[in-house]
Amino acid sequence: MHLVYPLVLSALLFCLGIYGVLVRRNAILVLMSIELMLNAVNLNLVAFDAWVRDAVHSGQVFALFVITIAAAEVGLGLAIVLLLYRNRDSVQVDEATELREQREVAA
Amino acid sequence: MTVLTAPAYLSPSGKEVVFLLLGLVTLGSALLVVTTRQLVHAALWLVVTFGGLAGCYIMLTAEVVAWVQVLIYVGAVVVLLLFGLMLTHAPIGPHPDVDSGNKPVAAAVALATAATLVTLIVDAFRTAYLPLEEATVGSARAIGDGLFRAFVLPFEVLSVLLLAALVGAIVLSRQDIPGGEED
Repeated sequence: MHLVYPLVLSALLFCLGIYGVLVRRNAILVLMSIELMLNAVNLNLVAFDAWVRDAVHSGQVFALFVITIAAAEVGLGLAIVLLLYRNRDSVQVDEATELREQREVAA
Repeated sequence: MTVLTAPAYLSPSGKEVVFLLLGLVTLGSALLVVTTRQLVHAALWLVVTFGGLAGCYIMLTAEVVAWVQVLIYVGAVVVLLLFGLMLTHAPIGPHPDVDSGNKPVAAAVALATAATLVTLIVDAFRTAYLPLEEATVGSARAIGDGLFRAFVLPFEVLSVLLLAALVGAIVLSRQDIPGGEED
């Protein structure tokens, strides 16, 4: 298999994740887009591992590590989102503006 | 890193065709994840994306990663996200303002990133070829050898990280811990 196929797929997936992070208002949808980006990185790691083929399979082991860290991240992220919801009755990320620079807030 | 003459792009092998189809499914469902107006549907399309990616891992002969992907992502992460959607009372049905007003900027950034990355990748790795015929690169034995010989210390550190995340999530979610002031 040509290495370009998995790499291009991973790049496009990463860009979809970027788009989602930038465009979504719901914090949980932002978390989903972050998961898309992490998965794109995983595909890259696995593809390069199949190409480089070192003895200890660094790429796939790193992919497993990234999956573990993603699980921890989504657990903590959801706990923070739930706390946000409990305090503010909303999970829209553009309404959590208390720490922003003081300016005229446009609605 | 094997150097050999790669077959032409215009005569794809069966594996490549399957990989491309899986990639199309993955990309299409990922696009729906970031564009759908129904929050629960986004989580369900995420299942399709993760499943397609697991198929891609299998096509790259990385079996262990594929099954871990199915177990952790499809089994745990999506369920956690659905729980999060339920607990924050996400609206069922189409929701008009799931997207913020910076959609053109976001699309421009994403397209620019995609163009840059794809150009770079195609230019750099046009001749790279994965000879996947002879053996699987990701059998459980090989991954276990790598994980528990060369990467034991990061593995253990990762378990401590998971424990810390667990404790952190509990501390964040509990409401009866003294010391925090109520709003």
